[in-house]
Amino acid sequence: MAVADISIGAVQEVQGRSLWADARHRFLRNKAAVASLIVFCVIVAACFLAPHLGLRAPDDINWDLESWGPPNLELGYLLGTDANNRDLFVRTLYGGQVSLLVGFTATLVSLVIGVIWGATAGFIGGRIDGFMMRIVDILYSIPFIFFVIMLTVVFGRFITLIYVAIGAVSWLDMARIVRGQTISIRRREFIEAAEASGVSKWRIITRHIIPNCLGPVVVYVTLTVPNVILTESFISFLGMGVQEPDSSWGTLVSEAAVVMGIAPWAIIGTGGILAVTLLCLNFIGDGMRDALDPKDR
Amino acid sequence: MLHYLMRRLGGAIPTLFIIIAGTFFLMRLAPGGPFARERKVPKEVEENLLRAYHLDEPLWQQFLRYLNGLLHGDFGPSFKYKDFSVAELIFGGFPVSLQLGAIAIVLALAIGLTLGIWAALRQNSTADYAAMSVSMVGIAVPNFVVAPILTLLIGMQLQLLPVGGWGHTSNYVLPVIALCLPQIAAIARLTRASMIEVLSSNFVRTARAKGLPARVTITRHAIRAAVLPVVSYLGPAVANIITGSVVVEQIFSIPGIGRYFVQGSLNRDYTLVMGVTVFYGALIILCNLIADLLYGVLDPKVRYD
Amino acid sequence: MTAILDVRNLNTSFSTPEGTVRAVNDVSFSIEAGETLGIVGESGSGKSQIFMSVMGLLAKNGRAEGSVQFKGKEILNLKVDELNKIRGVKMSMIFQDPMTSLNPYLSVKRQMTEVLETHRGMSQDAALTAAVNLLDIVQIPEARRRVHMFPHEFSGGMRQRVMIAMALLCEPELLIADEPTTALDVTVQAQILDLLGKLKRETGMAIALITHDLGVIAGLANRVMVMYAGEVAERANAGPLFKTPQHPYTQGLLRSMPRLDEHRANRLQTIGGQPPNLQHLPDGCRFRDRCSYAFDRCAAEQPLLRTIAEGRAKACHLEAL
Repeated sequence: MAVADISIGAVQEVQGRSLWADARHRFLRNKAAVASLIVFCVIVAACFLAPHLGLRAPDDINWDLESWGPPNLELGYLLGTDANNRDLFVRTLYGGQVSLLVGFTATLVSLVIGVIWGATAGFIGGRIDGFMMRIVDILYSIPFIFFVIMLTVVFGRFITLIYVAIGAVSWLDMARIVRGQTISIRRREFIEAAEASGVSKWRIITRHIIPNCLGPVVVYVTLTVPNVILTESFISFLGMGVQEPDSSWGTLVSEAAVVMGIAPWAIIGTGGILAVTLLCLNFIGDGMRDALDPKDR
Repeated sequence: MLHYLMRRLGGAIPTLFIIIAGTFFLMRLAPGGPFARERKVPKEVEENLLRAYHLDEPLWQQFLRYLNGLLHGDFGPSFKYKDFSVAELIFGGFPVSLQLGAIAIVLALAIGLTLGIWAALRQNSTADYAAMSVSMVGIAVPNFVVAPILTLLIGMQLQLLPVGGWGHTSNYVLPVIALCLPQIAAIARLTRASMIEVLSSNFVRTARAKGLPARVTITRHAIRAAVLPVVSYLGPAVANIITGSVVVEQIFSIPGIGRYFVQGSLNRDYTLVMGVTVFYGALIILCNLIADLLYGVLDPKVRYD
Repeated sequence: MTAILDVRNLNTSFSTPEGTVRAVNDVSFSIEAGETLGIVGESGSGKSQIFMSVMGLLAKNGRAEGSVQFKGKEILNLKVDELNKIRGVKMSMIFQDPMTSLNPYLSVKRQMTEVLETHRGMSQDAALTAAVNLLDIVQIPEARRRVHMFPHEFSGGMRQRVMIAMALLCEPELLIADEPTTALDVTVQAQILDLLGKLKRETGMAIALITHDLGVIAGLANRVMVMYAGEVAERANAGPLFKTPQHPYTQGLLRSMPRLDEHRANRLQTIGGQPPNLQHLPDGCRFRDRCSYAFDRCAAEQPLLRTIAEGRAKACHLEAL
């Protein structure tokens, strides 16, 4: 019934396209994803280039203004001031550095753990595979946030450890995906052919298995980043994450939430930028998933 | 079916054990004790305190003591709330959290399923895109951003609902909304994707070919099949609601377990933190089992395994 | 007398992001009461999409134009409510893969009784009796017990029998069988074809048998229609078609079948090349790139289906093979 039943006929007229060129073409057709990508790049640039943009410093206190004052366009306080008369907008940008950095680092950690775990399980197979995936199943049932919070309590809130902790609880999906891909690729005939003609196991893994895994892995990486940022914001919001004088979007939202009665712009601004970033990342991730694994949606 | 359930149960027990053990040893690893924050106490008093809480015993002995206590429903004393045991705190706060969570999950299922099916039946229409974009927002935006903004708009500006506290029906509205929005979104997307796939499946084609009225094809054949992935998602959904409740209870000052957890973490109240984690862990495992049971009822392939 | 099914100038196309795919091009044929029409072609020839159009089962991006009459009544693009009075009742369809074509979450009993409850207003009990009866007819052993089971508990061949039984519940006048044996083992294939033959004799219903396998057609079909790239290449009674094919494509198909009565260990004869891209069809005859008889007129002008003898038609510029 679906269009796929119609054989279009391989040879003459249709030009073959590599998987990546095809995916890029499909991604670019997705307006929401492209727009999100642009917005996200702008946000990242703004946050990391903030020191060079000629803005006020984040710890610059202005005694003339009141705390939690409203946005003041003449003086350039786009979101007004915070509890200590500092420029809230600048603090938000700098906070973005922390949040985004956590996002990328923790995702990297989860990527490394997940890929190694999944590829090993999938490649070795048998009892070891079963055992490794049992562990994944068990860990899946555990409420992460609780463990992350406990980890932060235990390790005295060192920022790097927070990144690692979050990454350490986010690798499960990645492991599952990579294992699934490894298994399906390993069974394909061209791997058997390679093995039969004496190609070393290592070469098989690097030359054949890993490139074929990349598609779903890329999709999951783009979807893990917002999850990780969300987790970090969550614990920072509760006061257990990043500590003063550093701040992340989570802590800023937390502060702004307390005073939302008198300074509603603060929560809208800080919460807004967090929300927009996460939204963009999700649209991008969705766009990548559609591009690399198209089904009739 | 029994076989299937026994297997699931068999997986649940080690999981619970790992949660308990993991929690216990993690908390013990923390530098500084529960009394580190208070004023420096004379050495004998400190030793007495340690002995009273059995903190001077070797670690494995403390663990066994803890396990034994759990079996009797004793989670130990709270280090911070001196007059209460952890069990009292947990079971005192649980009814509140339960109400909040139960309403949230029921709403999430009802609205999410309906929305997902509705969108799938209008695939690629403007209505579909609108629904899915909105649900994307629901998934991406954290509930600790949504909650304050809702509070701001409805609670403060429009003054329609109270912004905190518990006891009156109107107290339920905002927290429940904040809690279930992300799950409505997640369930809607899941249902829609599943429904779309089912609608183009061969057996739905057969149902149409048999001349069955559209209503029958959709309800008896399509929805029945499409619901299965959502049932599998029930476990994680409950976990997400529990997680979300931690923040929501904090924001709306609701006297539930989530709030105790946060306080306990900030105060290094070991037993309280452990107790809540173990309790919620067990609850999630239970919900997963129920979801598995439900799945087994709906999928005959599993039932007769 | 009116034909059971009369298709005239059927055009079915699908709109895709890369352009329009014309799956069925100006196809006309009819099926008389009680006769079996075999429709042969490779994947992409449009043979299945013809009947998807007839049954109103096209994918969302598909459009069908032309005329399809069932016993004199126009049914193409009929409203779903009206079409449902014919589908499953007077005209039934069975599909290629019985595993995915049956709902895995409902019992066979449910999937059968719902047809009778809907179309004949029968009670659950009466419907159950009728269903078991039909399962007996299609030779499902222990039908009374098996009817309560689920599809995954049946073997491939038995599932197809269940599908056939399901299609026959309302005693249809036309059964459309879309590659009913393709997904089955060869031995089971023979059983299913025998069953179809027996049912045809006993009920006198017409059958549209769609397949890519000429062997399936032989023995069951009265008339045969050969499809290529969305168009009818040749149409004839079964016997003459097999003995003296008049279209190069048909000839190629017949030649490419390995035969038991040829003792020489020859290489398997194939038709070189590939079917054309349905989005970019060549000018003139669509088969000419693969045809060993092609001449200049073939590139310039597309051959129309023309009658060459009593009950025979072909779309080819050649006078005779």
